[in-house]
This record gives sequence, structure tokens and C-alpha cells, in this order.
Amino acid sequence: MDISFVIEKFILVAIIFGISLLIAMYSTYAERKVAAFLQDRLGPDRAGPFGILQPLADGVKMFMKEEIIPANSSKWLFMVGPGLAMLTACIGTAVIPWGSPITIGGRVIPLQVTDINVGILYIFGVVSLGVYGVMIGGWASNNKYSLLSAIRAASQNISYEIAMGLSIIALLLVTGTMSLKEITEQQHGWHWNVLYQPVGFILFMICAFAETNRAPFDLPECETELIGGYHTEYSSMKLGFYLFAEYINMFVSSAVMATLYFGGYNYPGMDSMAVWLGPTWAPLFGTFIFFMKIFAFIFFFMWVRWTIPRFRYDQLMHLGWKMLIPLAIANIIVTGLVIAYIEKF
Amino acid sequence: MEPLTSKKKVLEQKPLTFAERMYLPAIMKGMSITISHFFKKEATIRYPEVEREFSTNFRGMHSLKRDEDGRERCTACGLCALSCPAEAITMIAAERKPEEKELYREEKYAAVYEINMLRCIFCGLCEEACPKEAIYLDGPIVPADYLRKDFIYGKDKLVEAPLEKK
Repeated sequence: MDISFVIEKFILVAIIFGISLLIAMYSTYAERKVAAFLQDRLGPDRAGPFGILQPLADGVKMFMKEEIIPANSSKWLFMVGPGLAMLTACIGTAVIPWGSPITIGGRVIPLQVTDINVGILYIFGVVSLGVYGVMIGGWASNNKYSLLSAIRAASQNISYEIAMGLSIIALLLVTGTMSLKEITEQQHGWHWNVLYQPVGFILFMICAFAETNRAPFDLPECETELIGGYHTEYSSMKLGFYLFAEYINMFVSSAVMATLYFGGYNYPGMDSMAVWLGPTWAPLFGTFIFFMKIFAFIFFFMWVRWTIPRFRYDQLMHLGWKMLIPLAIANIIVTGLVIAYIEKF
Repeated sequence: MEPLTSKKKVLEQKPLTFAERMYLPAIMKGMSITISHFFKKEATIRYPEVEREFSTNFRGMHSLKRDEDGRERCTACGLCALSCPAEAITMIAAERKPEEKELYREEKYAAVYEINMLRCIFCGLCEEACPKEAIYLDGPIVPADYLRKDFIYGKDKLVEAPLEKK
């Protein structure tokens, strides 16, 4: 392995890590602004012009707060929880293709940290690991509300992972590969998977909402019932990590949805743009388009959060087990039949 | 048991129809409502920079008035303090010296005049009680502060600015 490869990957990882942290940081700001605009308010506008420095102020506040570790908690797990939540949120970005290979000074650099051939499975595994941060935190707090919230989070994630996996199977029938890179390449121009798998997309999106613990599935952190949920006992930057991890999760799942169903960095007319912009700038423009799609999804996440009230717990389970899973199975069957029909004739 | 009123109403709870159980139509409707608010004008007034317009009979911070020659009108009769239901007003009277004729209108004046803005309920009874038309609640909103002692407003904050000398 030559040294330039290592340097190249290291730079890419650093950039992606920085970008995902930056986006998570400004998602908190965007969330408050979107909430405000949806409710005819202004939102934070005191720190800097239009409140642009608000995330920094919040971060400083988080760091300056007193660190409290409850006396009867299991201290080690209590400290591991937020770190694990953050870690699992961050490593999901590794397999996402951020753009087509870029040519800088005669060197072709792929804009993807690693193209493993089971990319979707990797994402899936990382996402399901995410619940461990919540569970460990809730358990270690030694607080019945936190524990209840952790249990809820675990059962909710398990329920919706099944529907999510089934909706992905239908997608895999269409694409025939698990590599995110190849899936993206197949969606060249306008051939986005959402056109072939609309039901699958809706199922996947609903499950993504549930997996990221976002409203209307934010039962693990419902303030009124559980006094905050699994992070009731957390303070200072540990709490910040949990909140941050939620936003990174939102970013990652938006990126996954954009990659799997909305063509990633593909856009109509990309071939003529590639000729016009050249091999360095065209992939960057594709990346820009990809980020626009991600931001659209993040906005959609927020829009939904400030519109729909939280599900009741039995409704949540009913929706997951009795509606989404049968629907996903039906989707697989119909997709399989159609593919078999096309291949036969 | 006999019903206590005749206004009994049996609530009929119908099971959700299939369309309702799908949730999606209702969600679409809700989302369209919220997005329409996204583009509406916000109701917020950025308070310290922009102030809401008050009605003409708005009662805000008190001001102690001066007469046409720029002399303080208050004669420290104490009727405002007496009428105050919140007991927010205190004053100490003093006798005017001959060389202070330019400053005070009457022979007796308020050497100390304090209103505790935390007690004041802005009812305007002091304004009504005043026989000398010396106090009016025609100022702005009393600003926020950090310490209780800073809410006791003395004459330095209450008395109107002196007239411009011509």
C-alpha cells in the first residue's frame, strides 16, 4: 500500500468527519429556525447576524456546565453510553459515496472512504448498533424513567428494523447489488430508485424516522412522560453528545436515503455538465447536488417533527408490526413478480 | 343512579376507517398547513429594537412633570402615596428655600420621591389622586434589571428632563 493512498484516505475521512460534525451542529440551529418559521416565529437571532453563532454559544454552554454523575449509577457504563452513541453515529458515513471519482492533477481520487460490497448491510448494522448508546445510557443512569426510555428505544428499534430490512430487500431485488457505489452508479441521470420503488421508499423513510428517534416516533425521549427520557440523568457535554448523535444520525440517514432512492450525486443532465465542467469540478458539483438532497431530507425531518404529534406506544407497535411489515412483504412479492416477468419475456 | 342533568350526551367512538388508519392523508394535510405557515409573516416583535405601538391610554413608567417654567410641580402632599393600593410610593417632603424658586413650583417639595417598580401595579390611581397634575404614567415599559434595589426609582429617573433654556 503506498503512502499517498493512506494520506488521501486520511484527508477524506477528516473532511467527512468535519462536515458531518458541522452539519450536525448547524442542524440544531436549523431545527430551531425551521420550528420558528413553521410557527410564525423568528427563532434565535441574537448571537451574530441571524443568530448564526448560536450553535457555538450552545456548545460553549454545554462544556461549561457542571458534570454530574449520579451516585448510584454504574459509572463506567454511564460514561461509555454517550461515546458509543456518538461513535456509531459517526462511522455510518464511511461507506456513503459522496461523489463520482475526482481527478486532481492527474490523480483519480474516489470520493468514498471505502467501497465494501455489503455497504447496505454495514449501514444497517451501524444503525442498529446506535441503540446501544441509548440502552447503556438509560441502564447506567439507575433511574426508572431512563430505563423505561431505554426499553422503549430498544423495542422500537427492533420492531422497525425488520420493516426497514424488508423494504431494503425489495430495493436489492431491483439493483442486484449491495455496494452503495454500484447502486448509485445505476441511478445515472434520472433513473432514481424512488421511481421503481416508491412504496419501498416510503417504508424505508418511516423506518428511518423511527430508527433515528425523531418525531413522531420520539418515544424514547418524550419529555412529558419520561422527564426527558434516557438522558434524564445526563448533564454537560455527555448530554450534548447524545443530542449531537441524534443529529448526526439524522444526517447519515438522510444521506442513505438520498443514496439509495434519490440517486446520490446523480442529477439529470449530468453528462453534459461533466463535459462542460471538466473532471475536477463536475464531481464536486455532483457532491453539491448530493448535499442539497441531504439538506432537503433534513428539512423534511424537521418539517415532520413540527407537524405531527407523537404516536402512542400501542399505535407505534401496531404501525410497525401490523402495517409496515406486511406492506414490506407485499412489496417484495410484487417487485419479485414484476422482475421475474420482465426477465422471462 | 338517576342522571343529574338532562344534558347527557353519549359519545360515539367510531373505529378508524381504512384511509384514517393509513395516517398518510391526514399527515399530508397537516404538513401542508405547517408549510403554509413557513411563508407567513412572523408575529414576533424584536422588542428592544422595535417597540409595539401602544394605545393612547397605555399606562407605563411614571414621570414627574414640570410646569411651563420648568419647575417641578410636585408639592409632596402625599395623596399619591395614600391612594396607592400597592404601597409603592414613598416620599420625604422639604421646604423650599428662597433661592430655589426656579426649581420648585410650590413652597413645599419632595426632596425624596421613590416608586418601587416591583410593587407598582400600574393602576393609575396616583395619577388620578394628584391635585397638581404632577405625576403621569405616560412613559415606556419599565425595563428589566438584575437587582431588587435597582427597581426602586428615585427622582433621578422619574422627573422629566428640564426645559431647554432659551
